[in-house]
Amino acid sequence: MSLQQIPAPLENRIASEAFQEALQIAAQNADDVDLRGRFPREAVDALRTSGALGWHIPLGYGGAGAHIEDLADATFELSRRCASTGMIFAMHQIQVASIVRHKANSSWFESYLRLLVSERRLIASATSELGVGGDLRRSIAALEPASDRSSNMVQFEKNASTISYGAHADDLLTTVRRNTGADQGDQVLVLTHLSEMEMKRTGEWDTLGMRGTCSPGFTARATCLADQVLPVPFAAIAAETVVPVSHILWANVWLGLSTDAFDRAQNFVRVQARQNPGTPPPTALRLAELSARMAEFRALVRAAMKEYTALADEEGRRYLSTIGYAVRINNLKIAASEAAVDVCQNALRICGFAGYKNGGPYSVCRQLRDAHSAALMIANDRLLATNAALLLVYREAK
Amino acid sequence: MKDRIRQIVIDHARLACDMKVLDHSADLYRAGMTSHASVGLMLALENEFGLEFPDSMLSRSVFESIDTIANAIETLQQAPQ
Repeated sequence: MSLQQIPAPLENRIASEAFQEALQIAAQNADDVDLRGRFPREAVDALRTSGALGWHIPLGYGGAGAHIEDLADATFELSRRCASTGMIFAMHQIQVASIVRHKANSSWFESYLRLLVSERRLIASATSELGVGGDLRRSIAALEPASDRSSNMVQFEKNASTISYGAHADDLLTTVRRNTGADQGDQVLVLTHLSEMEMKRTGEWDTLGMRGTCSPGFTARATCLADQVLPVPFAAIAAETVVPVSHILWANVWLGLSTDAFDRAQNFVRVQARQNPGTPPPTALRLAELSARMAEFRALVRAAMKEYTALADEEGRRYLSTIGYAVRINNLKIAASEAAVDVCQNALRICGFAGYKNGGPYSVCRQLRDAHSAALMIANDRLLATNAALLLVYREAK
Repeated sequence: MKDRIRQIVIDHARLACDMKVLDHSADLYRAGMTSHASVGLMLALENEFGLEFPDSMLSRSVFESIDTIANAIETLQQAPQ
């Protein structure tokens, strides 16, 4: 695609025909993706076609210069149709944001962003690793000079316990230690092309929910240019971008799938009410209760988005590394992940067996199963333990 | 004061490397201080110097090295009570 063919940024990207089509395709394939535990290829292809994978990339590199808020709205809408597709979109955008915000003056990464837009590339990430106990901020794998020492090349091998859509992406963003002598917490991010890597799948992905994200373990091996390492330490990238953007976008996935479950419950109550006009069915009361829970859930997610928006730019960035912000963004994740299961479970009680059955307009099975992944993606207990420690010094006032 | 801070770092930062090789400007996080260990360090500093770090100071950059910690403590000690 040449520069001339790149569409001008749309006023409302979500309303664009191509994105609406992607939404429709995600909805049509959601049950099959879930049933077969397969990658939502049709929906992701439609997202590629719509240009949505490059929305967050600045205009100067051919992207649409979209703000995180647009990404959050898009994640929400996708997840109302298919939470696996929404999660894949969210994860890709977290990787894009890490590059956009922390590439400094790296000409390699500037070229890469142009490439991502023109080739509509999809980025996966390898942050998990066997042996670090689920801690994002620790790595065992390390960069080392490539065995062919004649050039400016580095290499690494990482035994990642899970890489979402690792077999379906174009590129991989991996956390590794800066060098073999570095401490486990002294990490950098390295971007490599999957076509140039050796990837060995080490497990299966036959799970309760989020089946379409296809996230088995892999051993990932790569040799690449030293320029493919982001110039900023991962400690800063994690605090300023990966952690807040992940929790905000993930929360939108969970809000999206919960909204789907709520809508199904509401439709069910309406059908019941029509059978006996004038007498509201008993489920109507439960729906009203659930509506209040949804209002609380939306407010939680929107407040976090608003706070991040106010801080994400140069002035506020420093604040993102404070203990106060860490406590609050962890609270968002804990609260949103619990709300999702709660909403889906209550939607199930409203819909009864129509909700308990797989398939059909009132089924909330997939939504409930998908929602259960929320508490596990960076385990809530780990975040609670972190907050427990941070609250020993931070006096919560906000 | 920096020697007192150094001793607290030795006792609480749980660094992987030998403190003798670290100078006052060395990055403690890069030397292996985890965020959990940094909380222990903050509490020990508050105790040792009889002060409380305000929320605005509870950030990574303030506890990055013995130098930055010393600056923060000096700022707090000079501030009107």
